[in-house]
Amino acid sequence: MEVEQFYYDNKIVKKFTIATLIWGIVGMTVGLLLAFMFLFPNLTDGISWLSFGRLRPLHTNAVIFAFVGNAIFAGVYYSSQRLLKARMFSDLLSNFNFWGWQAIIIGAAITLPLGYTSSKEYAELEWPFDIAIALVWVAFGANLIGTILKRRQRHLYVAIWFYLATFVTVAVLHIFNNLEIPVSALKSYSVYSGVQDALVQWWYGHNAVAFFLTTPFLGLMYYFVPKAANRPVYSYRLSIVHFWSLIFIYIWAGPHHLLYTALPDWAQNLGVAFSVMLLFPSWGGMINGLLTLRGAWDKVRVDPVLKFMVVAITGYGMATFEGPMLSLKNVNAIAHFSDWIIAHVHVGALAWNGFLTFGMVYWMVPRLFKTKLWSIKLANVHFWIGTLGIILYALPMYVAGFVQASMWKQFNPDGTLTYGNFLETVAEIIPMYWMRAIGGSLYIVGAFVLLYNIIQTVRHGNTVEDELAEAAPLEKVTNKRVSGEGYHTWLERRPVKLTIYATIAILIGGMVQIIPSLMVDEYVPVISSVKPYTPLELEGRDLYIREGCVSCHSQMIRPFRSEVERYGEYSKAGEYVYDYPFLWGSKRTGPDLMRVGAKYSDNWHLNHMYDPQSTSSGSIMPSYKWLVTSELDKSDTEAKMRALVTLGVPYTDEEIARAQEWMLEQGTQIEKNLYSDPDFVTTYEADKKYALENDMEFVDMRNREIVALIAYLQRLGTDIKVKDNITAVQKD
Amino acid sequence: MLKFIKGNLEIIDGVEIYPIISLLIFFIFFVALFWWVVTARKDYIEEVSSLPFENNQN
Repeated sequence: MEVEQFYYDNKIVKKFTIATLIWGIVGMTVGLLLAFMFLFPNLTDGISWLSFGRLRPLHTNAVIFAFVGNAIFAGVYYSSQRLLKARMFSDLLSNFNFWGWQAIIIGAAITLPLGYTSSKEYAELEWPFDIAIALVWVAFGANLIGTILKRRQRHLYVAIWFYLATFVTVAVLHIFNNLEIPVSALKSYSVYSGVQDALVQWWYGHNAVAFFLTTPFLGLMYYFVPKAANRPVYSYRLSIVHFWSLIFIYIWAGPHHLLYTALPDWAQNLGVAFSVMLLFPSWGGMINGLLTLRGAWDKVRVDPVLKFMVVAITGYGMATFEGPMLSLKNVNAIAHFSDWIIAHVHVGALAWNGFLTFGMVYWMVPRLFKTKLWSIKLANVHFWIGTLGIILYALPMYVAGFVQASMWKQFNPDGTLTYGNFLETVAEIIPMYWMRAIGGSLYIVGAFVLLYNIIQTVRHGNTVEDELAEAAPLEKVTNKRVSGEGYHTWLERRPVKLTIYATIAILIGGMVQIIPSLMVDEYVPVISSVKPYTPLELEGRDLYIREGCVSCHSQMIRPFRSEVERYGEYSKAGEYVYDYPFLWGSKRTGPDLMRVGAKYSDNWHLNHMYDPQSTSSGSIMPSYKWLVTSELDKSDTEAKMRALVTLGVPYTDEEIARAQEWMLEQGTQIEKNLYSDPDFVTTYEADKKYALENDMEFVDMRNREIVALIAYLQRLGTDIKVKDNITAVQKD
Repeated sequence: MLKFIKGNLEIIDGVEIYPIISLLIFFIFFVALFWWVVTARKDYIEEVSSLPFENNQN
């Protein structure tokens, strides 16, 4: 058979690699800024778009989708072409994938700080971006599958299976989690509410970790570790078991993010069981990666690429051991909502994703630019400060998690909470936050060392050119199995079938969990006293979403003695039926707000938002001055209510018609309540007088954002307190 | 408050079949998986696991 000549597209790999480095530094820097906000809460005082709640989703999205995302594309485009012995299917699709992805990232970097967010973790971007992500992702998948179809290598290496599963699963997750009803260009409501929304969100959230941060990186591991060590993977058989069992089991484990919540027990237990099982494929993969270095450990001493990879795989092993442990209900009861989780995700992000990316970049860049790495010494320096950074980041966060969770649960002999003031538990762990900030700083310094080393390597290298390769085209063979061909061997040369089977494997788990929750009408017991939010409360809730309050405050009281004592009656599924989207939260940097309604006066909330330290000495909450001064935008209220009606919220036509009037009534009442504080009256009247005298525009308090937020906060968790009106719907 | 807690799936008709089907799917999935792996031919395994190296000019 005649040999064909073709070129590997190296330029697209170069582009993605550059984007990886730039966004990596951006995402980590935002993270570092956030870490310092725990120590200096007023660091960006008064600047709404630099406030913690708005930057937190920017950090997570930048690191996950910009840094790790671009690293995935760089690695996949490099390795797929070589494993399939073909240039990428379409240069147009490659470039669309690259520029489209960067445009989405820039859009995210602009809209998230401006407060445009759907508030669902790792899926915060609003609906136009969701559509754009779907388009670019499909372009990536089409490009990958197109390349597979025109390949010159019969068998699909295990890395390619991982890439395929990544494409298919992320597409499914992204679409189902982001189903939403648009209200305006940058505002939408999730089609799910409360418990259902939580279940779908964490089915997505957990599997975003699985199929965006794990499976593509396992594919990269199966390609780049053997390349760097110059020996084949330890056990190819194990990699087959690893692949199928991982994708089959992973998809079921999502509910472990919702243990002890209002999610039904059967779903929680299902999540726990599968999470424990997940340990086996995960560790199978880790062992397969590490044992690939058997007989080559001497190389690990001298080759920084292998050093990074060994720590990355070890980090994977640690995070995937910890994951199943955290899924056990007794461990989760301690760890959930605490900094332990922050430690857990950063072992995954900094060690597994970060270090594997760094190893890959150090290996790939000299080859792309046909030169040697500029400085091995600097790469070693990067390795050691990076490793030290991970340790200094993670260990204090584990300690902080344990300390704070123990303090939350500590009782006096007389049955009262030992640390009744939440702030005591925060003050105790400030030294840990300091160490975390130092660890994070070290890690970023390492990233800059990498950047410098790569820039020098590129400057001493040659221009990147598409690389000439040759291979014989595939001979036509029958679609059927030939004699002596094993089933899986046959399946591996049938990429479309392989993709379909992988899709089925991931759909089973999703269907078992999600479908009953959407099909069974009586899934959530109705509490008749739970009513939809008033228009002003709805607007206040949207402000709560805009400001990212959910980053630090949960709205989910677990049925523990310590939580009921601290926050009040534990949360019921039926209380969330009108919560589009749910706002349970996943971290308590501040206290739970589920039953904050009617706990404090309206004045307290106003003062607290204006200057948190004035009402709560030592608080690390930033001030939200702009809420106190800005006018509430009421122009979309009716549209919002109508959108919610289509989702099943029982607003009547009359209610929608008098929304403006209703908001004004409720706002005026709150304004009246605020007048009970003489200090408020003095300041407010002085402001009003000043504005009038100077011919400035003055917004009445009843029309300001803070009033809507107060209305929402005062409503929170109060519905079930309405007496003599509670009936659970009984099914015959 | 216990009246808000209920067995959400018990009301589905014929729900007993769900766990049985689930167990079967699992059992068959893993039996089949290990069957494939154990019966894979050694020369094939060696060939496929060396795929990253067949093109060493990079």
